[in-house]
Amino acid sequence: MDLQTTIYLVVGASFALYIGIAIWSRAGTTSEFYVAGSGVNPVLNGMATAADWMSAASFISMAGLISNMGYGGGLFLMGWTGGYVLLAMLLAPYLRKFGKFTVPQFIGDRFYSKSASTVAVLCLLIASLTYIIGQMTGVGVAFSRFLGVSADVGIYVGMGIVFAYAVFGGMKGITYTQVAQYVVLIFAYTIPAIFISLQLTGNPIPQLGLGSDLVGHDMSLLAKLDQVVTDLGFGKYTTSLPGSTLNMFVYTMSLMIGTAGLPHVIMRFFTVPKVKDARSSAGWALVFIAILYTTAPAVAAMAKVNLIRTVVPGVVLKDADPYAAGSTLSYETRPDWMKRWEKTGLLKFEDKNGDGRIQYYNDKTKNADVQKKAADAGWKGNELSVNADIIVLANPEIALLPNWVIALVAAGGLAAALSTAAGLLMAISAAVSHDLIKGVFKPDISERGELLAGKLSMAIAIVVAGWLGLNPPGFAAGTVALAFGIAASSLFPAIMMGIFSKKMNKEGAMAGMLSGLAVTLFYVFAHKGIFFIKGTEYLDLIGGANSFFGITPEAFGAIGALVNFGVAFLVDRMTPEPPEHIQHMVESVRIPRGAKLVDGAHA
Amino acid sequence: MKHDSHGYWKATLALLTQVLLIWFLVSFGAGILFADWLNNIKIGGYPLGFWFAQQGSIYIFIALIFYYAKKMGDIDRRFDVHED
Repeated sequence: MDLQTTIYLVVGASFALYIGIAIWSRAGTTSEFYVAGSGVNPVLNGMATAADWMSAASFISMAGLISNMGYGGGLFLMGWTGGYVLLAMLLAPYLRKFGKFTVPQFIGDRFYSKSASTVAVLCLLIASLTYIIGQMTGVGVAFSRFLGVSADVGIYVGMGIVFAYAVFGGMKGITYTQVAQYVVLIFAYTIPAIFISLQLTGNPIPQLGLGSDLVGHDMSLLAKLDQVVTDLGFGKYTTSLPGSTLNMFVYTMSLMIGTAGLPHVIMRFFTVPKVKDARSSAGWALVFIAILYTTAPAVAAMAKVNLIRTVVPGVVLKDADPYAAGSTLSYETRPDWMKRWEKTGLLKFEDKNGDGRIQYYNDKTKNADVQKKAADAGWKGNELSVNADIIVLANPEIALLPNWVIALVAAGGLAAALSTAAGLLMAISAAVSHDLIKGVFKPDISERGELLAGKLSMAIAIVVAGWLGLNPPGFAAGTVALAFGIAASSLFPAIMMGIFSKKMNKEGAMAGMLSGLAVTLFYVFAHKGIFFIKGTEYLDLIGGANSFFGITPEAFGAIGALVNFGVAFLVDRMTPEPPEHIQHMVESVRIPRGAKLVDGAHA
Repeated sequence: MKHDSHGYWKATLALLTQVLLIWFLVSFGAGILFADWLNNIKIGGYPLGFWFAQQGSIYIFIALIFYYAKKMGDIDRRFDVHED
């Protein structure tokens, strides 16, 4: 069977499975639509949370970025897992005890103000929308390869499918389909990694293979990789930093607290039966997430090795000199996977020196030795550009693995993107229909009307995100990191203070959220354009790119959170303290006893 | 409230501080600030700082959450505020 047919078959079968489960468990009432009646087992909930969590950014994009960044890519790994420790300890059990099902509801009740809840809805919508833009980028990459079309057409197709998918079932449908999606995506991620680890190191466990010696060598894979990439003018793989140590520190922090502030993840912990389960659920989620996250660094490093081996055959395993005449790959004999990815426009070759061969190196290197060698060899600049977002999907093709593995990875990538997009759309729809329309503007809306409003807001969110996804502000994982920064700077501090400070009042919380959000958006939009619209950047105004101590916009959320905390405490000092009953409520939220089933009513 | 809610909260915060300290040390400490220095040590073929940043911290995070969940359950029972 040829590759394309196999892909259609495997992807088709996985879709049939998800849709089947969604129909089988279709949601009836509003409460079921959002939280599946709070009856989900912690292990299963952990698995569904993992699927919900691991989006196109984790599955499709992250390893590709790590592959480019080397050691510095660890910020994604630590950031997107370390946040679970915060979530499990600081937020999940208390929000579960509180017993409402959306974050704006918590903020509105704790800060005794509908305006506070409206501000929370605003923060949530901006963070979730940005997140979905990243997902659409990933979906576009997956569909473009899968259907052999351009990345733009891939996004249009993806928009349609995500919409049908999210509108169909509610959370309950989603919880069980997400368990199925987790299974598909984790096999899709680990199986090729096992194959590749075996090929390169003889060790089938990628986590150990990454530390092992290269087959037939006395040198570890990482040491060899360090040597090869340095030869080609790139930074040393095991130590290269993203800008500076400070930027890596702040970036990691931003992702961690963003994880703990993202509404679609927090919502998950409202669905467990007890407070006790909310604590362990986060642990289970992290176990399932870690299977992918500890494999990703191996995928990243090995993909780099394989990519270099493809372009300069013999350089890794036979210690050949990449600059020797005729050592680089001739364009005519390039492997089929390159031809397939060229169609999507995400892999490009430009023969700058007209020798018909592909040269892949860092032409901006400051290493004089490398520059000299390249000039002597007649190289006139890097000729191959590989979009970081294709690395994971192309990985099994680069390693020349069997067709069914390539098909499985395509199915896994789509599962990851769809499950997260659906979870986010649920959060958006709950925020608009439940918190905004029912909670603030039209409290007497019927259940039917509420569901309809929810679905409409999903449709609008998809169209906006898809449109912005055509000109994304960065690679999928980078865009998603921006969403984390926004959540980190706005929602996380407000929820934290709501639980850990009895005296925090509504004025403080609102001023904090708004200033954290404003300062973060100001810095992000300066780099990426106002609302991510290309051409509206205003870098001059802030004195050039990364002008704030060299911190990149993706990393700025942690600074925004500091501003949020600072402003909140300042304003809190100057305004009256919260009423007595609110302080009692905070005390009762802190102890597990008396936790009730979640109900959606507004107090 | 009949329970010793003050003592309960104090015990909770003490546990949180303890866990957060380790959380910080393995990720921001070993994985970032001291990574260069730790890279001089090799473990299973990995430079140690690189290992903490890309593998080790994740394993420790998992252990931390389950440790916290267990200890928190003990504190709940000690102060008689557990569910059921």
